[in-house]
Amino acid sequence: MITLEINGKQHSVDVPADVPLLWVIREHLKLTGTKFGCGKGLCGSCTVHVDGKAERSCQIPVADAQGKKITTIEAVGSTRSGAAVQKAWVAEDVPQCGYCQSGQIMQAAALLAANPKPTDAQIDDNLSGNLCRCGTYQRIRKAVHRASRSLKKGGKS
Amino acid sequence: MSGIFNVSRREFLKTGALVGGGLILGAHIDWAGAAEEGSKAKSYAIEPNAFVHIAPDNTVTIIVNHSEMGQGVYTSLPMLVNEELEADWKKIRFESAPVAAVYNHTAFGMQMTGGSTSVWSEYDRLREVGAAARQMLIAAAAATWKVDKKTCRAQKGKVVHTSGKFFTYGQLAEKAAALPVPKDVKLKKASAFKLIGRPTARLDSPEKVNGAAKFGLDVFLPEMSVAVVARPPVFGGKVKSLDAEKAKAVRGVKDVVQVPSGVAVLASDFWQAKAGRDALRIEWDEGPTAGLSTPGMKDQYAKLSKTPGKVAKKAGDIEAGLSSAVKTISAEYHVPYLAHATMEPLNCTVDMRPDSCEIWVGTQFQTVDRNAAASIAGLKPEQVKIHTMFLGGGFGRRANPASDFVSEAVHVAKAAKTPVKVIWTREDDTHGGYYRPFWYDSISAGLDKTGKPIVWKHTIVGQSIVAGTFFEKVLVKDGIDNTSVEGAADIPYAIPNILVDLHTASIGVPVLWWRSVGHSHTAFVVESFLDELANAAQKDPFEFRKGLLAKHPRHLGVLTLAAEKAGWGRPLTKGRGRGIAVHESFGTYVAEVAEVSVNKEGELRVHRVVCAVDCGQTVNPETITAQVESAIVFGLSAALHGAITIKGGRVEQGNFDDYPVLRLNEMPKVEVHIVKSRKKPGGIGEPAVPPIAPAVANALFSVAGIRLRELPMKPEVVLAAMSKK
Repeated sequence: MITLEINGKQHSVDVPADVPLLWVIREHLKLTGTKFGCGKGLCGSCTVHVDGKAERSCQIPVADAQGKKITTIEAVGSTRSGAAVQKAWVAEDVPQCGYCQSGQIMQAAALLAANPKPTDAQIDDNLSGNLCRCGTYQRIRKAVHRASRSLKKGGKS
Repeated sequence: MSGIFNVSRREFLKTGALVGGGLILGAHIDWAGAAEEGSKAKSYAIEPNAFVHIAPDNTVTIIVNHSEMGQGVYTSLPMLVNEELEADWKKIRFESAPVAAVYNHTAFGMQMTGGSTSVWSEYDRLREVGAAARQMLIAAAAATWKVDKKTCRAQKGKVVHTSGKFFTYGQLAEKAAALPVPKDVKLKKASAFKLIGRPTARLDSPEKVNGAAKFGLDVFLPEMSVAVVARPPVFGGKVKSLDAEKAKAVRGVKDVVQVPSGVAVLASDFWQAKAGRDALRIEWDEGPTAGLSTPGMKDQYAKLSKTPGKVAKKAGDIEAGLSSAVKTISAEYHVPYLAHATMEPLNCTVDMRPDSCEIWVGTQFQTVDRNAAASIAGLKPEQVKIHTMFLGGGFGRRANPASDFVSEAVHVAKAAKTPVKVIWTREDDTHGGYYRPFWYDSISAGLDKTGKPIVWKHTIVGQSIVAGTFFEKVLVKDGIDNTSVEGAADIPYAIPNILVDLHTASIGVPVLWWRSVGHSHTAFVVESFLDELANAAQKDPFEFRKGLLAKHPRHLGVLTLAAEKAGWGRPLTKGRGRGIAVHESFGTYVAEVAEVSVNKEGELRVHRVVCAVDCGQTVNPETITAQVESAIVFGLSAALHGAITIKGGRVEQGNFDDYPVLRLNEMPKVEVHIVKSRKKPGGIGEPAVPPIAPAVANALFSVAGIRLRELPMKPEVVLAAMSKK
């Protein structure tokens, strides 16, 4: 049995230790907002927060996630930066097909939590591992800046 | 849900059953023509009941018959309905339509999404649906009050009487549903539009930012198995022998079944199914395609391109033109196979029972998939139900006449006798075929003494997308697949002597429409070569095009607008060059100006793209801008990075490391300018793809003096061209 803390709840799952966290989140816990895109840490669709940092859940053996606080897209809205990012994403009409957007949002929320006022270069550096085949990049940049501004307005994070 | 719904679902499902598989009503599909006309005899009846459901709480659900794959139809199509329905936009919801004849594409006679047709093909029908529903609601209110209908009007989800009393749509829905559908439906004039043409936020954004949106991969059924399929390493290969013992011993593996496309391993979850597949021992009969390689194919195509093909377009006298030209230039171009690489890998979930088959899938081809499933399952089409999920990208891959990923899943469900979700890994998806074809072109032209092109000869070699499919009957004319020559056989430039011919190669690599189809190739060749001609004539590429487009005001309009907004002719940051290209596709005219630099490593950087688009009457300008940005990124991925190559019959790429797509740090600044127009709407999902590759190639020529005649413009290709210079 493997015990995981996901979105503030404890879950016990009976899976081999080497199964990627992604598949446990999706198939065993049915939290399907976290997406499978490449299985090799190349596209960022499966991004979750592990102890507040953006990580590729397809590259984390589930056993290694034990004892860590995992947050998925379903709960990121309860964090300050996560809520700001989601709101900005809607305001900028970012999503198209939407498949990569969970990962984009998780990546952006972690960035803003660590660095509430990123520069363009920092946004590019931080989010270039998240692929979007619909090409929403220009709006992603804008939405990160918008979220950043809204965090500033709201006072200290 | 009560509501406007006076034909029962059962009844129109029955009608659906009468429609044969994959029949297309129209003869030749004239994309641009269809967009322009639209006023011919109607191919549909107005059925508000099938498209509009109004609940007692005033929520209005629009049943959308086109698939949402990012292009925004779950917003733009409800906008068409509500322009006439006059419900409160805040109360509008959407739902994907089941498969039924009433939801058929108004031009193609089958339920499908593709060819950048959703908005223009529904432009009249859905407004009529909205108007009919509104009239029925007004009639219901007038009858209740016993007043003249003329004293009632619809306003933001209410029918209001001149006295000030009102009913909400929710209060009227049930009564309205019992009324006959009005025969004559009058539509608003464009000048009275309140919603159409207004930038409108997407209705599906909220659920796409919190993980709630359900894609095909997110479907779970009770007792469902997950399957992965071992497919032949070479297209057309077959299983020679199978040893499944070790696979069956893998934890969680439930079954191993052979299907026409390979061997499926079923397990309780994906990871186990994949581990099971890894443990299979399969000997393949690889078949004739095992000898195929990209370099060999290229040589073969190159030879063919120097011989006459089947004539796709002929005007004037080529020989006379060539002999009177004072300068002739010739070039050869080629572009690779391309994978669609949708972010959501292919998948399909099937629950097959003795008398039914239920399918959950992101598809662009509902009728085709339903009929394929029925035939495999041994059921009638009406016994097959398709739930169209959100598509994690389509780009044409999920519109397959061969119905590959749906058929396969149905085969697996049939063999395993259990509900099953077939998941493709990224590598499966990349290796899975149905690519944009590899093309090779030989092209030559001659200029007269004033530098005007007077002769143009273009020979195209490549595979036909529609050959062997049910589309062949309508899209192939006199041996010419229209999708092979679109954008080449109909160039707008005033050149008196033209010959465009085609060799249709037969190679065992499955090919398919890839966002913008033939135009993705022809625009690159035509617009690059036109730049070569401008250079040979020592003329400015913009002015040169302008001089040849006098009879094409819409081309001219976008060309001029893009040039103006880009500051064409004005000084540019040092080390950057500008390139321009213009192209019409799917009834829409697009010009793009790219600003490009290149470094010592041969890496291109696209800094800025200015795009002018004339797609006629706009419905949702917000979507138009987004689709243009999207198409530019999609086209840049192909222009700079994308190539599927084959060696020993095997596809050499598998994932985003060897089949890269554009990343955020490569994203240029994109500026979109939409031409104001009251002409019929054109397409928007695809038309901004074709001009970007030639615009970038032309910009590279302008800044570095090198002409790239192949895609992708990889650093090694750029460096090789630089060293030759």
